[in-house]
Amino acid sequence: MTVPVEGFMYPNEVELQWSVLIVVYPFVTGLVAGAFILASLERIFHVVAVRPTYRLALLTALAFLLVAPLPLQLHLGRPERSLEMYLTPHRSSAMAMFGFVYLWYLMAVLLLEVWLEYRHEIVLLSQNTKGWKRLLYRAITLGSSNISEGALRVDDRVGWVVTLIGIPSAFLLHGYVGFIFGSVKANPWWSSPMMPVVFLFSAMVSGIAMVLLLYMAMMKIHRLPIDMRCVDTVAQYLLYIFIIDFSLEMLDLIQRIYEADESFRSLDFLLHTRLFFSQIVLQIALGTVVPIVTLGLIQIFPVPEKLRRIAYAACGCLTIIGIFAMRWNVVIGGQLFSKSFLGYTTYKLDLISREGELVAAGLLILPFIILAVLIRILPPWPERQPTTGD
Amino acid sequence: MITRRKLLVLLPAAAFAWKFVLAGTPEMAPNYNRSEHWWGMLLDIDKCIGCGNCVRACALENNVPEGYFRTWVERYHVSDWHQESPQVESPNGGKDGFSPGAAVGGKNFFVPKMCNHCADSPCTQVCPVGATFHTPDGVVLVDETYCLGCRYCIQACPYGCRFLHPVSRTAQKCSLCYHRITKGLTTACCESCPSGARQLADLKNPADPIHEFLKTHSVQVLKPHLATGAKAYYHDLDASVR
Repeated sequence: MTVPVEGFMYPNEVELQWSVLIVVYPFVTGLVAGAFILASLERIFHVVAVRPTYRLALLTALAFLLVAPLPLQLHLGRPERSLEMYLTPHRSSAMAMFGFVYLWYLMAVLLLEVWLEYRHEIVLLSQNTKGWKRLLYRAITLGSSNISEGALRVDDRVGWVVTLIGIPSAFLLHGYVGFIFGSVKANPWWSSPMMPVVFLFSAMVSGIAMVLLLYMAMMKIHRLPIDMRCVDTVAQYLLYIFIIDFSLEMLDLIQRIYEADESFRSLDFLLHTRLFFSQIVLQIALGTVVPIVTLGLIQIFPVPEKLRRIAYAACGCLTIIGIFAMRWNVVIGGQLFSKSFLGYTTYKLDLISREGELVAAGLLILPFIILAVLIRILPPWPERQPTTGD
Repeated sequence: MITRRKLLVLLPAAAFAWKFVLAGTPEMAPNYNRSEHWWGMLLDIDKCIGCGNCVRACALENNVPEGYFRTWVERYHVSDWHQESPQVESPNGGKDGFSPGAAVGGKNFFVPKMCNHCADSPCTQVCPVGATFHTPDGVVLVDETYCLGCRYCIQACPYGCRFLHPVSRTAQKCSLCYHRITKGLTTACCESCPSGARQLADLKNPADPIHEFLKTHSVQVLKPHLATGAKAYYHDLDASVR
């Protein structure tokens, strides 16, 4: 297959090494970190208004976290050797830390917090259900069936501590993903100490937008009333963090434009050509400016409830698209120009291949399927929870 | 008690296990002491005629797949008015040589490229399992039996010297013909260069002519601002070369 090249690329550079799957990976981990931060608002910072989204945010983070390693695994040239990263990690490699950061976040933070949050209901369900469900719930009680007031108080206290540890862990998880790119000094598009910070704030933005969308969709599906105080508060937080995120990204961009170092001409060329649609139109205009302006106007002017709901849904969707575009621009955009700064290559996305469109779409749909299963097993809303029966 | 039958089963298993113990250890040659050498390469731009012999020899010696390059040659055309925007080409990595250039005016020259065997190589730093490693004699190698094919090293190399082998699905690059130099031979590219534009250099060997050359000529490495400790020393490197 001949790849269209403009100018001069080093001969080994013509083919892109990191595909759309590496776009999916930071996008998914960003959603995990963002959803968890939203959950921590209620738990640690006592933002009571967002309580209805607390459990949903936790389950969303878990569903996406379970999918997070899959794009990496599928991308490896030799996937059967992936366990070597755990067995013989190279200490100087940022990537070698992935497995440990991931396991820490999954086992020590998220699973533990979900279990502590649901333990009361799990124990009740293990007593009130029959057949395979009873077996399932009994298994996930992990033999801990004490739901006395004292035990629940301990659960709550431990849960608080786990969330407290979880916040820096979520920062670590996504800041680390940014570091993977930010530490590549060979690539000026990536190499920036701002990268982990920008990744972190964009993660929070995407996670909050995703939980906002999911909450409204779930309420609609289950014909439950949407708690407007909750969505207004979530939207407010989305706006505040979005403003910080946008400011950081623009600061980075303006600094690059003003500095205009040797790589600037390449980056400028890409912004005006191959990345114009994904960066200027999708990421900046539709995915950032429109949601920020809309959410800002809602803060200033009184907007009827129905219109607010529509606006939140639209802003949520645009934000998610914008953040995906941002990941695309970083990962794919960073490989479209030569490290000689003398030429440009093209990325052709296959439809059916191990790293193609269908696989990427599947990986983006899979967390929602997992979330649907999790919601059936561990219902996040009081209306669907069992009565104590005693 | 270990019977002969058990021993027959155990020995291949032990040999298999030993293979993994040795992962990251380069191929050894008898009578070769790695601590006595520190390898690099001298590339003389004035002498390179762009014949492509080095690219062909490297491909043959190392079974390099078509369309990928452990070494390649670039032709630069730099006009007087656009020092910072040279016209560069490397058709098929210069493997088939170059057709006569159409550009007139300015200056034209060839630049052979290869892995710089950096002393502080970014590719080695980022490898998640240590499949890319430094030998004690200053060569950067890839253990193909260990590489995951994550391609982080390819992204980290500022010189574009690495590629993913289409069959083994592992990272590959110039090995400085380690299998040859540890046996007292020179590299395939140096061996085949008709003009002496490439010279293998042993910086720990006081008798190596590289020392005299470095004393009496100005040399430069590629992208020195990246502080990779590159050991591909270029003589008469033009500022336009990237």
